[in-house]
Amino acid sequence: MVQWKLRAPSRRIFVAALAMSFVFGGTPAVAQTALLNVSYDPTRELYVELNKLFAADWKEKTGETVTIRMSHGGSGRQARSVIDGLGADVVTLALAADIDEIARATKKIPADWQKRLPNNASPYTSTIVFLVRKGNPKGIKDWDDLIRPGIQVITPNPKTSGGARWNYLAAYGYALEKFGGDEAKAQDFVRQIFKNVPVLDTGARGSTNTFAQRGIGDVLLAWENEAFLALNELGKDKFDIVVPSLSILAEPPVSVVDGNVDAKGTRKVAEAYLAFLYTPAAQAVIARHYYRPVKPEAAAADDMARFPKVKLITIDEAFGGWDKAQKLHFANGGIFDAMLQANR
Amino acid sequence: MADSSRQRRRNAIPGFGLTMGYTLTYLGLIVLIPLGALILRASTLGMAGLWEILADPRVLAALRISFGLSFAAALLDAVFGLLVAWVLVRYAFPGRRFIDAMVDLPFALPTAVAGISLAAIYAPNGWLGAPLESLGIKVAYTPLGIFIALVFVGIPFAVRTVEPLIAEIDRETEEASATLGASRGQTVWRVVLPPLMPAMLTGFALAFARAVGEYGSVIFIAGNLPYLSEIAPVLIVIRLEEFDYAGATGIAVIMLAISFAALLAINLIQAWSRRRFGYA
Repeated sequence: MVQWKLRAPSRRIFVAALAMSFVFGGTPAVAQTALLNVSYDPTRELYVELNKLFAADWKEKTGETVTIRMSHGGSGRQARSVIDGLGADVVTLALAADIDEIARATKKIPADWQKRLPNNASPYTSTIVFLVRKGNPKGIKDWDDLIRPGIQVITPNPKTSGGARWNYLAAYGYALEKFGGDEAKAQDFVRQIFKNVPVLDTGARGSTNTFAQRGIGDVLLAWENEAFLALNELGKDKFDIVVPSLSILAEPPVSVVDGNVDAKGTRKVAEAYLAFLYTPAAQAVIARHYYRPVKPEAAAADDMARFPKVKLITIDEAFGGWDKAQKLHFANGGIFDAMLQANR
Repeated sequence: MADSSRQRRRNAIPGFGLTMGYTLTYLGLIVLIPLGALILRASTLGMAGLWEILADPRVLAALRISFGLSFAAALLDAVFGLLVAWVLVRYAFPGRRFIDAMVDLPFALPTAVAGISLAAIYAPNGWLGAPLESLGIKVAYTPLGIFIALVFVGIPFAVRTVEPLIAEIDRETEEASATLGASRGQTVWRVVLPPLMPAMLTGFALAFARAVGEYGSVIFIAGNLPYLSEIAPVLIVIRLEEFDYAGATGIAVIMLAISFAALLAINLIQAWSRRRFGYA
């Protein structure tokens, strides 16, 4: 009798775990708590390590076992999956606009989500740099060199890639500064850069491949962390990183998806997970993976020394925030579309 | 009289009700409901909205690229698919089964893998791309690259649809044609090919339909430059990334309408060729 009582719930858990494994396509989990972190493309390596650390930390503090499942993909596509019902506990995406869109479309995240965690809810930042062929044969030093005739620039499509939107805005920000805020001149400058683009991949990794593996183009506009990764994975003897005189502070933000964690009862651990990203231990890992930590004092000095000093503009100062920039530049029929049409 | 005719129409195998019910449920769940949802979503645009999408030069360019290249690729597939099928059925040679199995590979291969492999081979630093580049021919990241990817994904359809028919051809008709004084060309053109026409058209239609909807293999080799090498499915994805669901379904519905019209036309030609040549 007692045995029967004990067996029934465990069987139910087994069935639930089995069902979960079908849903997520993973191995059946025995853990009581599982979080789903829906993230963008280049964070794969980073979160593998962070998740391990957090699970150990959580076990030590509470005695509970937590497993974190990851989903990676283009930032916009990931946001759409969450809007369409993917049960993300936390989202860690490439730009605030994508989380704004989830908040707006589903109401599962409050509108002021970016105020809930320090530093605009971004535990790490990055910037946009140039990756060029070894020895920089075309002498590319700054944004001005990208509009020279005969230079081939590789970037993903800002419409389909969050990283490419940062590329575009960095170039635009540089041009605004150069031309003293003249919008028309700045647009023409960025248009000329895109005239030099021979391949528009849909995502950041695709562009890195096109540049590094297929040998197309003279310069790749990339996330700083992607550029370092390409350098390490594909050979320091093949590429150089060039830091332009001005770039943009890219803030990939994070948020709990309130609607989902409340339904699943995982709010406490989800919030602890995001808070953990700001701890010294996590910040050190972040710096090691070439993301700029928001608490540089926690990172190893060697890791910090790798980050070049560069003048960074912010999206809030230069463009009045993501909401505005998104509508003005990247919406259907926006400034970017007009540039492509003019480039025909 | 009416009764007896109804009796005669009864099938030898029972179960019309069951199978028809299953067919309708299946079609409804798998095909009609998703398509209905698509059209419903697009209908929020209205005719004016659809017209606006269609008037956008970028959409027009993408549709022209998608349908034009798909048509060309399916045509090539139909011709060379027939050739491949003929060789595989008619001649015995070492490695035949191996080649036969290879024909199906484009079915089995994830399209992204196919796209990446094709891009790697045809890129300016690739095995085939480098020699072609020295001849002044660029393949990867041009419309030609899209064409090659579409030929690749379509070839199994063209081969597999004609293969069984070639196997069924009665060789005696060819011999009869020869003994009656027809030249080899005449035998091929007037005796062998006509009964294969409907199957070739089916293969063409399938390859065409597959090519129109192809996304995975194309994006890696296309270059995706608007007005030049941007296919319509990429444009749909771009609309989705803008969270413009209506715009995306709008393009999808236009594609669907064109595809439907094209397939209908192919079916009509097929029916005509059946009547004309009297073969199934």
